[in-house]
Amino acid sequence: MTIAPHILAIDDSFTIREMVSQTLRDAGFEVTTANDGQDGVEAFAGGRYDAVITDINMPRMDGFGVIETIRSGQGSPARVPILVLTTESGPKLKDRARKAGATGWIVKPFDDEALVSVLNRVTGRG
Amino acid sequence: MSADNLKAMFFVECEELLESLGEGLQTMEDGEADSETLHAIFRAVHSIKGTAGAFGFDTLVTFTHHYETVLDLIRSDQLEADGDILRLLLRSSDILADLVELARSEDSGRPEAMDSVLESLIEISKHHGDDPGEDEAQSADVDLTFEPVAFSPLSLDDGPPAGALRYRIRFEPGTSFFRNGHDLGQILAELEKAGPVTVTADSATLPLLSDFDPGECHLAWDIEIETEATEAELLDAFMFLEEFCKVSELGPVAGGLPDLGGGLPDLDPLPEAAPAAELPAEPAAPEPEAPSPPRKTDPGRAAPEPAAAEPQKRADPAGATGGATPKQPMLRVDPERVDRLINTVGELIINQAVISQRIVEAGFDSNSDLMGDLDDFQHLAREIQEGVMAIRAQPVKPLFQRMQRIVRETVDALGKDVTLVTEGENTEVDKTLVERLADPLTHMIRNAVDHGIERREIRAQAGKPEKGTIRLAAAHRSGHVQIEISDDGAGVNRPRVFEKAVEKGLIPADAKLSDGEIDNLLFMPGFSTAAEVTNLSGRGVGMDVVKTAISALGGRVAISSMPGKGTTFTISMPLTLAVMDGMVVHICGETMVVPLASIVETIRPRPDDIKPIGRDGRLLFIRGTYVPIASLSRMLGLLRQGGDSDGGVFVLVRSESDDLVALAVDDISDQRQVVIKSLEGNYGAIPGISAATILGDGRVALIIDTEAILSQVRRAGAEAAQHKEMFHEQASALG
Repeated sequence: MTIAPHILAIDDSFTIREMVSQTLRDAGFEVTTANDGQDGVEAFAGGRYDAVITDINMPRMDGFGVIETIRSGQGSPARVPILVLTTESGPKLKDRARKAGATGWIVKPFDDEALVSVLNRVTGRG
Repeated sequence: MSADNLKAMFFVECEELLESLGEGLQTMEDGEADSETLHAIFRAVHSIKGTAGAFGFDTLVTFTHHYETVLDLIRSDQLEADGDILRLLLRSSDILADLVELARSEDSGRPEAMDSVLESLIEISKHHGDDPGEDEAQSADVDLTFEPVAFSPLSLDDGPPAGALRYRIRFEPGTSFFRNGHDLGQILAELEKAGPVTVTADSATLPLLSDFDPGECHLAWDIEIETEATEAELLDAFMFLEEFCKVSELGPVAGGLPDLGGGLPDLDPLPEAAPAAELPAEPAAPEPEAPSPPRKTDPGRAAPEPAAAEPQKRADPAGATGGATPKQPMLRVDPERVDRLINTVGELIINQAVISQRIVEAGFDSNSDLMGDLDDFQHLAREIQEGVMAIRAQPVKPLFQRMQRIVRETVDALGKDVTLVTEGENTEVDKTLVERLADPLTHMIRNAVDHGIERREIRAQAGKPEKGTIRLAAAHRSGHVQIEISDDGAGVNRPRVFEKAVEKGLIPADAKLSDGEIDNLLFMPGFSTAAEVTNLSGRGVGMDVVKTAISALGGRVAISSMPGKGTTFTISMPLTLAVMDGMVVHICGETMVVPLASIVETIRPRPDDIKPIGRDGRLLFIRGTYVPIASLSRMLGLLRQGGDSDGGVFVLVRSESDDLVALAVDDISDQRQVVIKSLEGNYGAIPGISAATILGDGRVALIIDTEAILSQVRRAGAEAAQHKEMFHEQASALG
């Protein structure tokens, strides 16, 4: 029996959190959600995650803050794959996301299959 | 959770976001916005856009996109939110609200003013900021959405199939490769699905050990693959890192592998330098593997095992952070359940009162432990009750924000200049009341703008500021919530109102009415004073409808007006429909309850303060005025049960129209909170009685409907005074 990869999904929109977690749970992931960046990094510090999905525009701490905080940590958790979930697009975002340390990005509105596929890839499920 | 549920959630979320948007814009209007306000405003619009896209609400997405662009300009100090811009932002928020509403009702229409507002938004972003529409153009050009590509894994045993090509991919991911959570092992595993892979690491740029940062990647890789897949499909394996690849086609695969320029040996996957470089970067480090056979996962990275080692720890954060904890408004409970709970708690309070009474009757000392325990119990029961009530309580803020919009719209249509000032937005009221107040308030606000506030030139002539002010204030007043709508307009035009009422046959032409009585004519059915019927308030809905709606909620509305100074409407509502504070009185051996909120005072008068009037009327003389006495025993038909009528106590109550009446009762016992039990549902309506409650001893007590008693008294007075009959009939019908 394999253990489902554990995903941390951070978004201040309840609807998005629900969509992401529902889609991923249906695809066999374990999902924990957080309501904003601050909650997100706290949840991250308290658990083990195989990947993080984070929104950018959030109260208290934005997505870039989340990435920075996680990446400034020690050991392997600091190099967890982090995907930015955003409505923004364009090379600017890519640059910004990469500089901040994001592994990749998913542009809202996202397609369920695409989301699962990206997560499968970054968590090494093929 | 179904898609419909998600959608429903989205709309609930939109409501919250619109609310914080409105709040933020209000703060901006007040000139008190700081950067956090601007961020919150931006976020609200941004979030709606993000989620709306997921449901395919395209108009909503387009609109929010342009709205957001302008907000972003303001947020980044490229655009100043002056009067015009602010007005546009406010208008945009109205349209956004409409769009959400349309989306909710699955209406594909567009709000009327949307196109012009949208145009203005686009216009502004064109004139400010670096490059308007850049985002959109880019999102169209650069396809960042990841489309899963179906690889058809090739059977490697058969070797590369005919038609396969040989590619070389130069992959230079840059120093952040490991730090950003990428994994070469995974990329290679993905590539291998397409064909056999050969990898060579290039360590040429590896720094000296002294300068070496183990977190950074200084390697590049040359990857060769034989495959039928296209270049684009190959690049897909490099998800998010496509730009760091240079793919060159090396020609068709023929028999053996040609020795290429680099002179790479066929099956030499790992040059010596690679492992050394990767060691420090331990878990994220790639572990380039032999070109074949393909392996799905890189065990060092995928990490299901370490996770398994600590199942406990992993379960925790899910719980601790609340997992999918929704924001509070998402705790959606069937209101009926809350009502049932409130009812049960009501019973609990009654039951507690019964027990207290039994204990007192059993002769326990008031200092005994049991009484102490009873006090605690009473306290807890009260706390539970308050807690349950709080479930239904909601601040009036969203309601007030809606009124801002009503003012804007009305002002736009009438060409007047009006500010709406709100106070006490955090006053909490039962949710049902908040919802049901929306219509009456809307109407009153429209009226205030339309009929209350004068035109600019008239205001200027009267020496008033050209900009009118409407004040909307909420506050808690002795167990009630009071909402005041006041304007600094012209006040009620009493001669005109009188004339109109006569014209409409509502009152006789020779009627003698006080100023207050004339003002109250506005509440009469079918009354409309607008000199010209405007398309706003002249919709055939008068203040009588407002009054009826408020009465239906157990509330009252009163008017006071000062010519030239303005008009104030005061709505007084119970905080909840379930409990109230009452005074327990005795009449002819019956126990009854008088709502505390309407009681002014209780009086035990001297006999000569009571003056007879007419056939069986009496007046109470109190501090220089006469107040009609209502004989409850007679009015409620209790006299025939025997007992003396009207002992010696009078409860002075005040009506919504400020009339006083003295209720004659035999005795008063105490004040207490009572749980309201509807009679209409369980028994039937009784004139003069509004509801019932259950007392501590388990007996049912009727709650007196003071308004109904007052109008009965007034009617009796009207019968005595024949010439005023018509007016009083109608006036009492309003009670």
